[in-house]
Amino acid sequence: MTDGTTETPGRPIPEPPDAHQEAVDHPAGADQTPSGAPNQRDHEDQPPEPPGRHRVQPNRRPSRLLQDYGVYAALILLVLYNLVFTENFASVTNLNTQLVQVTPTLIAALGMALVIGTEGVDLSVGSVMALAAALLPLYLGYGLAPALLIALLGGALCGLFSGTLVAVAGIQPIVATLALLVGGRGLALVFADGQLKDIRNQTLLQIGSDKIVGIPIVVVIAAVLTLAVGFLVRYTTFGRQLVAVGGNRSASALAGLPVKRVLMTTYVISGILAALAGIVATARLTASDPSAIGQLAELAAITAVVVGGTPLSGGRVRVLGTVAGALLMQLISATLIKNNLPTSASLLVQAAIIVVAVFLQRSRQGGTA
Amino acid sequence: MTDTAMTRREWLAGTVQRRGSVVVLALVVVISSFAFDSFATVDNARNIAMQASFVSIVALGMTFVILSGGIDLSVGSVYALGGVLAALGVQQGSLIGLLLPIAVCGGIGLLNGVLVAYGRLAPFIVTLATLLGARGLLLAITNEGANTRVMPKTAVLTQIGQGTLLGVGYPVWIAIVLFVIGVFVLQRTRFGHSVLAIGGSAEAAKLMGLPVARRTMWLYTASGLLAGLAGALAAAYSASGVTIVGVGLELDAIAAVVIGGTLLTGGAGTVGGTAAGVLLLCVIQNVINQIGTLSSYYQSVVSGAFLAIVVAIQAYLSRAHLGRSRG
Repeated sequence: MTDGTTETPGRPIPEPPDAHQEAVDHPAGADQTPSGAPNQRDHEDQPPEPPGRHRVQPNRRPSRLLQDYGVYAALILLVLYNLVFTENFASVTNLNTQLVQVTPTLIAALGMALVIGTEGVDLSVGSVMALAAALLPLYLGYGLAPALLIALLGGALCGLFSGTLVAVAGIQPIVATLALLVGGRGLALVFADGQLKDIRNQTLLQIGSDKIVGIPIVVVIAAVLTLAVGFLVRYTTFGRQLVAVGGNRSASALAGLPVKRVLMTTYVISGILAALAGIVATARLTASDPSAIGQLAELAAITAVVVGGTPLSGGRVRVLGTVAGALLMQLISATLIKNNLPTSASLLVQAAIIVVAVFLQRSRQGGTA
Repeated sequence: MTDTAMTRREWLAGTVQRRGSVVVLALVVVISSFAFDSFATVDNARNIAMQASFVSIVALGMTFVILSGGIDLSVGSVYALGGVLAALGVQQGSLIGLLLPIAVCGGIGLLNGVLVAYGRLAPFIVTLATLLGARGLLLAITNEGANTRVMPKTAVLTQIGQGTLLGVGYPVWIAIVLFVIGVFVLQRTRFGHSVLAIGGSAEAAKLMGLPVARRTMWLYTASGLLAGLAGALAAAYSASGVTIVGVGLELDAIAAVVIGGTLLTGGAGTVGGTAAGVLLLCVIQNVINQIGTLSSYYQSVVSGAFLAIVVAIQAYLSRAHLGRSRG
């Protein structure tokens, strides 16, 4: 764990001088702050070392680099592998298919990343997706806009419910959102009477299937949402407060931050994003199926966030990492399917990747603690 | 918390926390008995008990894991895997049919335990990975879920699943015995006390010299083992290794444990409360079926609402508790 390990021959560390500043998703930089660096130097530089070695910054250790950029590296490797070995991988049709398939998970994962950034977790996203899907056909008779509004409002209310339980009642996020996971899908099935309903609204169907300059509309929606969430985290007061609350709640409260309001807003945003994911899934499916839509979506979203390098311990939100995590998991199952490997193999590989991702997080936490 | 500091209000708060689920269960049962003729019958009670037995065995392991401050999301998949392995193994004899799921599922639990205790990884994420992994393993040995093996009617294991003693099915007896052992282990053994200590504060437990990592490892092993056993019994009951069972079972188990008054933060809770929690969820489901006109979808709505109310009350009570002991 000494500083010197960063210079072992086997692992040369590329070190662009301003990579530190350019790392996209470290807004308040809970553990990348300048104050973190001197601490580590105290620990690690005690034995005097040759002067040349000091040029390597302490927090650019291999494990740290792997955690921050490992998901991108894995994604690039997998894309390269597919470019070489998979037929028709580089076709526009295939790329669009992959991107479209991942959108609901990705949109839900964006909200999940925010919630995990507050040291919480939102197990209810799958049920909220189902609820939004169930609400849509009920109000499509009044037009698309009211139906969308109602569905989003439903998602927001779900978020408000979880947020209130977490922020005001002080209930652990896992249980608070578990209640909604159990109840939400039941409610969705009650609204839809357990029925699958075909969507006949042309505009909604077009959103699900049409393209703008060759890019599917749903992918554009996901991209816009990614940018919006990224902006929210990096450049807004709310984003800074969110990361601060996730990093240390009691310190944030003592510093006078509106902790409760921040937490509730975060869960509301997660609920709205989950509802959007449900709407997109419905538009793709051309039917509202509350018993199938969003099934296990919470696990897929959590996986994307964790693989993307956002620590479960909060205080850090990696938006681009989450996107890469979602894409990586999607591409893995696609690759395995293309190579005629069964679902079972896909599940086992996913399990292994989660463990590796979380192991890398651990070494970071162990190093800085 | 000394005895002198025990005010009446704190005693009340503690009692509601610990015994609340039993009281609510009794109330629901009494009201339902008057409301529905078909509720308070021997057959119906037998049904509920049988339904509850499989979930309760899973929830027992979950109770210990949650008491230690952890969580085990993998039990649903492990339960399904246990059933499939039992149906697979029973073709070679009942003993293998019972030992195979216990060994493999215990192994998965051990893997969870090693990763959590020695790898110091977050339980939530480790068991999420094994949730996927166990389901993958299940699909791999059943030709991607296409094969459902039927267990021979004459096998001893099938008899255990379907047979009765004094009018009550063997799985119910097994669950009762396991819960008695669970109560004993938690309240009367060093192991049980160290679990509570670890849940209260793993750091303090370690400083006291408790083998925190080893205990934690065995807890997850036991949870996986019990989930596998429950799956094997359920498979024996239905005489087949169904591949699609167990999805969401971990959530039922967690809900039952929490409703039973065990704090998710660990360190406080009872095994008996979990039994009441499981029964309560099963009774609610049964009552909604009794009403008949209500669609069964309301069952999860009621369970979810119930869970939210219980945890809200828990949070309120424990805060009242804390505020007192600090002041």
